[in-house]
Amino acid sequence: MTKFNAWNVIKNGLNGQSYWTRQWRDPEPKSIYDVVIIGGGLHGLATAYYLAKNHNIKNVAVLEKGWIGGGNAGRNTTIVRSNYMMPGNHEFYEHSLKLWENLSHELNYNVMFSQRAHVSLFHSPGAKDSVSRIYNIMRLHGTDAELWDLKTLKKKIPHLNYHNSRFPILGAAVQKRAGNARHDAVAWGYARAADTLGVDILQNCEVTGFTRKNGNIESIQTSRGIIKGKKIGFAVAGNTSVLWQMAELGNLPIESHKLQAFVSEAVKPLLDQVVVYGVGGAHFYISQSDKGSMVFGGDLDWYKSYAQRGNLPMVQDVAEAAMAIFPSLGRIRLLRHWAGVMDMTMDGSFFICKTPISNLYLNAGWNYGGFKASPASGWYFADLIANESPHNYVQNHNLERFEKGINIDERGAGPDPKLHG
Amino acid sequence: MIRINCPYCGERDHSEFSYGGDATINYPSLDASEKEWTEAIFFRKNIKGFQFETWHHSNGCRMWLVVERSTVTHEIKSVKPCHPNLQKVAENNK
Repeated sequence: MTKFNAWNVIKNGLNGQSYWTRQWRDPEPKSIYDVVIIGGGLHGLATAYYLAKNHNIKNVAVLEKGWIGGGNAGRNTTIVRSNYMMPGNHEFYEHSLKLWENLSHELNYNVMFSQRAHVSLFHSPGAKDSVSRIYNIMRLHGTDAELWDLKTLKKKIPHLNYHNSRFPILGAAVQKRAGNARHDAVAWGYARAADTLGVDILQNCEVTGFTRKNGNIESIQTSRGIIKGKKIGFAVAGNTSVLWQMAELGNLPIESHKLQAFVSEAVKPLLDQVVVYGVGGAHFYISQSDKGSMVFGGDLDWYKSYAQRGNLPMVQDVAEAAMAIFPSLGRIRLLRHWAGVMDMTMDGSFFICKTPISNLYLNAGWNYGGFKASPASGWYFADLIANESPHNYVQNHNLERFEKGINIDERGAGPDPKLHG
Repeated sequence: MIRINCPYCGERDHSEFSYGGDATINYPSLDASEKEWTEAIFFRKNIKGFQFETWHHSNGCRMWLVVERSTVTHEIKSVKPCHPNLQKVAENNK
């Protein structure tokens, strides 16, 4: 693997770009690995990387049924933020944001992380009080958070609809260190860095069954043959229940829902921040990609589904929200829209935990928030697999929290997965 | 758009309805263990394929329905009133 640096860029520039080597190998599966991670998305690849980097466990395979980064890694709006308030969550997401800040250097791969600020609008004194409470909690824990009054907001983003009499904009809660990144680069960066440390990335390798022995999972049947792992990790958010039932483990506190995202044609620089608008049942978030496209999304489709395609009522909802807040988008054309399948959990928080099978570990339940979580998710999932006990930050992110009554419900929406947006 | 054939109103767009959830949950008795209640309230089969689920015709007759629908293709096999006695009434009216 050729390192990316100024010298190699110049050298290859003079040699017709002919000296670059493959980004990662395409190895044949070995018969046994120390750790097998199922799922070659951002979380699985990050886990493999941190297993090798932080814990020196390098005999690791990542199994991916399609191609890496082809699932939810490529089906999100790439927003990175850490505006969480529940114990465990805020430490976890803040650590994730800190990892994002150094990720390009860490991986020797430009993930184009852009800390352009996350601007969450509020429209009533009640909403201001509520968001002030959350952002004050963030400040108490050392995360950056601030409130912008209307004057500041108008100066920063002059072209929002400030004349909406039904939902007047009163100001915004802002996290300046938040922003977005390039999703493909994150998948490729982690894959390349993990591969360099010896991790085998096995694409087109679909898991079809498990063989149990003495209570453990002894081997995994895949479309590329039988693979054994001393320890096995699931990182397949969206399809967690399918694998869970394949391992005959019963039910999970998860429902799979689909979430749509949209990309418009490219326009000249229009929006410098990530803007979030949420009132009266609408939920809308928008940013502009480096290519110039407006990237935006809204709510779930509101019914359970494993289909990776969105339905039209939500397209209309999102378009209406866009017009309510950004009337200047009225004539912009939509290029693409897609849906990803989310693990929506019963309290809106994730799982990084042990399972009833002693050599199986679970990473699941990322709801709307999987993209921003991926570095810390990999970090703490690798930590759990290597040390066999959860870090303090994720000690309650397990399947037993519901029975114990210690749900981590940021939104206070109760046990209805579709409401945890 | 999914079209749901409401037994009371006829075939309508799914945007008239609100999705409820798994229609096969049996709630345990009030004195059942915490484990049983946790299982009923928080744990789901999350079927990939055909499942029975509840929908509320919230912008129509406001009746609750049990719909058998595929979570992969969204094809609907059957729609019935939630309450078995109402099912009989619906059949008698045909």
